[in-house]
Parts: sequence; C-alpha cells; structure tokens
Amino acid sequence: MTVERLIQSRDEFWAAGFTGDLAELIPLLQYYQETHGYISPEGVEAIAGFLGISEARVYTVASFYAQFRFQKPGKNHVFVCLGTACHVQGGVDLANEIHEHLHIRNGETTPDGQFDFKEVACLGCCAQAAVVEVNGKIYAKMNREKLRKVLKEHQHA
Amino acid sequence: MLEKLRLEAQQRWQERTSHNQAVIYIGTASCGRAAGALETLQAIRETLQDLGKEARIIEVGCIGPCYLEPLMDIALPGLARVSYANVTPAKARQILAACLTTGDLLPGKAAGHFGDDSFTRTSGIQPFFDLPMLKPQQRIILQKCGIIDPEDFDSALSTGAYKGLERAFTLGPEGIILEMQQAGLRGRGGAGFPTFRKWQAARTATGKPKYVVCNADEGDPGAFMNRALLEGDPHAVLEGMLIGGYAIGAREGIVYMRAEYPLAVKRMCKAIGQAYNSGLLGCNICNSGFDFDIRVQEGAGAFVCGEETALIASLEGLRGMPRPRPPYPTDRGYKGKPTLINNTESFGTVPAVLREGGEWFRQFGTASNPGTKTFSLVGKTRYTGLIEIPLGMTLRQVVEEIGGGTRFPFKAIQTGGPLGGCLPADRLDTPITYETMRELGSIMGSGGLIVMDESTCNVDMARYFVGFACSESCGNCTPCRVGTRILKDTLEKIVSGEGEPEDLEVMQRAAETMNNASLCGLGQAASNPVISSLKYFRQEYEEHIHQKFCRSAVCTELFEYTILPERCTGCGACVKVCPETAIHGERKQAHTLDTTRCVKCNACVRVCPVHAIVGAPVGTQAGTTRLAEAAI
Repeated sequence: MTVERLIQSRDEFWAAGFTGDLAELIPLLQYYQETHGYISPEGVEAIAGFLGISEARVYTVASFYAQFRFQKPGKNHVFVCLGTACHVQGGVDLANEIHEHLHIRNGETTPDGQFDFKEVACLGCCAQAAVVEVNGKIYAKMNREKLRKVLKEHQHA
Repeated sequence: MLEKLRLEAQQRWQERTSHNQAVIYIGTASCGRAAGALETLQAIRETLQDLGKEARIIEVGCIGPCYLEPLMDIALPGLARVSYANVTPAKARQILAACLTTGDLLPGKAAGHFGDDSFTRTSGIQPFFDLPMLKPQQRIILQKCGIIDPEDFDSALSTGAYKGLERAFTLGPEGIILEMQQAGLRGRGGAGFPTFRKWQAARTATGKPKYVVCNADEGDPGAFMNRALLEGDPHAVLEGMLIGGYAIGAREGIVYMRAEYPLAVKRMCKAIGQAYNSGLLGCNICNSGFDFDIRVQEGAGAFVCGEETALIASLEGLRGMPRPRPPYPTDRGYKGKPTLINNTESFGTVPAVLREGGEWFRQFGTASNPGTKTFSLVGKTRYTGLIEIPLGMTLRQVVEEIGGGTRFPFKAIQTGGPLGGCLPADRLDTPITYETMRELGSIMGSGGLIVMDESTCNVDMARYFVGFACSESCGNCTPCRVGTRILKDTLEKIVSGEGEPEDLEVMQRAAETMNNASLCGLGQAASNPVISSLKYFRQEYEEHIHQKFCRSAVCTELFEYTILPERCTGCGACVKVCPETAIHGERKQAHTLDTTRCVKCNACVRVCPVHAIVGAPVGTQAGTTRLAEAAI
C-alpha cells in the first residue's frame, strides 16, 4: 500500500470519528466491513497503519470473531440460524439445503456472486424456529421447500 | 427533579393516545417481525386509507407470548386496549373494518384486553393477563415491554422511567447499596453473585476513572430475554446503569451489545440520544453534580465474550479470551481500572428496586432467591415465548401451566442454555433457584429453557450443545479446548452408529476434567449437557451404542421409518410430500413405506395427522417404539 493510500484511509477513519486508540480495533473492523463489504488485505493494512500495530495483530483479532469475513460478499446475504430452538426444528436441514442447492458452505460466496451464506448461533427469534435471514429480513418457520422458494425469489430479483 | 419533564411528557403522551381517535398498537420487535408484523403494519396503513379513517399507529416491543405474534391491539376512543393474536394482513383488514366502522370489537377474535373488570363484563372479552400463559407470571422487569412505545421518550417517562434514579439521588451512593442489599438481587447473568457486593467492591476499589459495563452480549442460542428487554424498554437498562454508575462513582458506561441484534442496537442508541437531550446523561445530571456518559459498543460474535474478563478483553480491542480471576474486574477491569459489569437484566431490575424499595422486591421469590427472573421458554411446549416468574416456582408449573404442556409426552428440559443441564420428568417438581439447579447438575444460566419431548433425542441434543461449545471455545486453556473436542468427536461417533461401549467412560472422564480444570465458566460448564444427560438418560446412550437404535427417530443412521398399519387412515398426505415417492398405498388403505428409497427427510412425519409414521430399529420394520405408543 502506498503512503498516499495510507494517508487517505487514515483521513477516512478520522472523519468517521476514530481517534487511533487501540480499543477501537473492533469498531474499526466493523466500520471497514460495513463500508467495504469485507475485510480485505488492504483493509487490514490500513487499520494496522492507523493504529500503529502489526497486520498480524489485526488478523489475530479479526479471525477470532465470527462477524468478520475475509471473502467478498455476494449480492444476497443468507444467514441460517442454528440456535437450539432452530436445531430442534431442523435448522441443520436448512444449512444442508443451501449446501446442496447453492454449492457453498459456511462463510463462502457463490462463484456468480449472487449469494453468500453464513451459519449463525442464534437470531433471537426462537419461538418462530426454524428461521433464515435473507438481506436483513427474517423468514419464520422455514423448511427446505420454503427456503428453496425464498432463494429463488432473491435470485431473480 | 424530573417532575416538570415528566408532567410535560405525560401531557404529550396523553394527547397522542387518549383523544378522539383510535390507537393501534402493533408489536414490531424482532420476533414479531419474523412472524410478519411489518406486512401486517403495511396492511393496517392501507386499510386505514381505504376506510378513510384516521388512527394513530404505535409500534411497541415484545409482550412475551411469541406464539401469538403478530399481535395487534386496538384502543377505540374511551375504551380499553383490546389485543388480537396471529394477525395476518387479511385478518387485520377484517378487524379494522369492524372496529373502526361499526365499533364492533369482534370479541370472538380478541385475545384479551388491558382494561379493568368492568370492561370484561361489558365487552365479553377476557383480560389479556388472564391468558393461561400469562396468568402465573409476575411482571416486574417486563412490566412495560410491549405496552409502551420503546422509541418514544414521552411514553417511557410518563410510565415512571427514571423514578428509581430520582430516589437514588436522594439516597446517596451508600444508601443505594444498602437498598440493593435489602433487595437481595443476585446476578441475572447466571452465576447468582449478590449484586450489592459487586457494587460495594467497585465502590471501595481505588483507582480512577471507574467504568460501568452492561453485558448485553446475549449469546446463548435459544435465549432472547435481553433482546426483548432492550427492544421493549431500553430506558430501564440505561436507568439501571446510571444508578450503578452513581453508586460506585463512575464517569462512563458502556453497553456491550450483540451485533446480531440490530434492532436492539438501534433502539438503545436512540434511547441514549433521548437521555442526553433531556439532561439525563452528560454533565450535572438533574443538578446532582453527577456526570455520566453512556456509549454502545457492538460485539463481534463470540459467545465467550459473555464471560466478564473476555468481554473486557474484547472492549480493549483484543481477542475475547478470559483471564484468571482475581484480580476481579471490580478491582482491575477495563483499561486496568475498577469496572462494574452486570448483566442487562440485572440493570433492568435495578430501577424497580430503587423505585419501590428492597423490601417490596423481597416479597417475590424465596428468601435466598428474591425477585423475579425472565426466561425464554422455547422448544416443544404449546405456548412459547418470553416469561417472567418469581424464583422458586417449580419447573412443572413453567412447563405445564405457562407452557401449556407438550404435544408428545414430556421428556426433558434443558435449563441454562448450552452450558446447562438436561433434567428429566421426575425432577420437574424442583423449584427454580440458583442452588437447586446447581445441585441437579445444571445451572440457572441467563434463562434459556428448552423443552424437549419424546421426539427429541437426548444424545443428539448433547452433541449439538457440545458442538456449540467446541466451536465457541476460545482455545486459551487445554481442558476446554481439547475436552470439548473429545466430547464432540465421541458423540458424533455415537449418533452415526459407530459408538463403542467404552465411549461413555471416555466422555465421563473428559467431562469431569473440564469441569474441574477449565479457566472460565464456559469450559467448566460446557460438559454439563453431557454429564447430566449421561446421568438421567444413560439408557438412551446405551441404546445408541449397543442396539444401534435412536428411539426418537432423530439420528438418521439409527432408525428407519415405518408406517403403523393399525393407525394409518390412508389419507395420502404423506404420499404428496414424499420427495422420493417411497410411500405407496391405495386411498383409505394402510400405506407402506419403501425403506430402500426413503431418505429420512422427515416430511411425511410432519404432515401425518394420526402420527402413524414412526421410527423402528434398522432392519426390523416391526416393533412399535415408545414414541408410537405415546403418540395417541
């Protein structure tokens, strides 16, 4: 990364209200993922430069937390809940359906960039289990057939 | 101090809700949204336009009975609020048309009302809180959830928010801690440590500045008590933090919130903004000379960050790994300074304690476990949702009265989330307290209650919980890192039909080592599901290992489906859903199932109206299982 780029990203972080305190590392990663879609190698470099720590240190923290992705996300974001209530109501089935239907596993993106998929621990809608979240909307009481339909809707949209 | 502010808020709120137009309340918390509340809301708006009627629409939080979502309430001018359940867009149109044009409240469709007894007589509608699920409950923490508008400060203020803070200012820090001691509130995160002692320790600790942290990183899968509180009444949590901050002499508070709860984060941020605008946060709050700031920090998705030292590490921008205690966070916490960390629910309870007094709080619950606690009741009960009960109530009351029993016979209840234990039917008469749960090999935990019936396999559940603990183990200490792996691998072996007799011994040893030697609560408790289910459901493990049979028809390698001819009515429902055309039979005749084609997708079992499709040991195709005997 060139010095100019580092300065540019530093200004961007400043403008967003960050001060350079080490405690800001996780909020910075969250901010970067929100604005850029994922944590790219350039992002790690920019954050490390801004906080004055090594890139390895940034990776250490980023890789610990489930929220951060290191792959470019797809157009549609699919989350399958695998919380306890959803497990009892067949959440694993839904995850398998994604795998069989879209041929991607947890944390991956389809080659055509249409979908990315993540398994999550709990979306907190347990009474509506099993649930799937697509692009921020939660679909309740899902099964394989319903999920296929939802995916189809988004594929065409 | 706040009289003027509150009076103005009351006026504004009354203008908004009790004038000559109808008010429509709709629950749009996350669970309501999942059930379709936003579509219903859209339908309400359209219907109002079509009818040419004016009405105020207020979005409220979650009131608890999730199985009734989406919930819509209507208050016609001068009348009590009437609640309607499972309101689809079509149903919303129908109800609105009747209520707003003819004033007919459709008593047959109403779930309940929020008015007084006279309204019950005149309207023929039962009080909402008399519903079987709600009647045995005692609502203190959730008192306002689902009633007030969580995004409207006037609504909160006019219903008594920050009254506890006012009293706290008159009591002074020592007085507050004394009041907390009288109340006997214990940590609602699950450990049950007396809250006042934590506050006392943080108060006497030397070192400045001090911090207050609210642990809202509700990571338990199957638990949503904190989410409902944060979405339904965020000011209660803020007020609790303010009182805590004043008591210990802190200057700054941080709400560590789970990023998977975007609505809760949004509402909390909004509430913080409202508090700043009204002078309830910032400098010299209510002319008391007390300065306090609160900010939100979003967690990044790590279950272990619910542990207090891991949470602090995460706040500091490190990997969320626990460290040994002491020193406790009250001595050396965030940035090495004294830090008071309490669970969201603990903070949410504090305002009521200060408002009404410690003695009042003690009238609920038992002598050593005072007060109420929220639980999320999920799984196979008839009614599911968020509940609040006085501690000391028995598990049986929760499952049978509040939950309304199960469809298949009850088998087990998992208390305390993934780190808790699995308790069988003969322990149902145990009162729920911190001590009794621990004695049975479970924990109170933050309050997840998962009910399992005969269609849930205990071995599979143990595998699920251990798998969760394994993937969430931070890897810092060996007993937890390696132990969860051993348990997970062994259980996977057993559910796939490759279990060996010595596996049970291996698991027992690993589980006990983890329990004794792990660094933090996660590792110590991660083996609870295994230890408790081995203790109470050993027979099921042995069936899996010796007979290669899963009696609950869950572990796919260990059973095959069969249709009981004496039960099958030949309705053909299963034939329609079978993706592999494995089921054949004449109409009105008993059907047969071709096990060579069956992929055990479970679709037929779900649609069969007479429970004729059951699991049998592989290769037998004969015997009935306990599930079959129990089903009718």
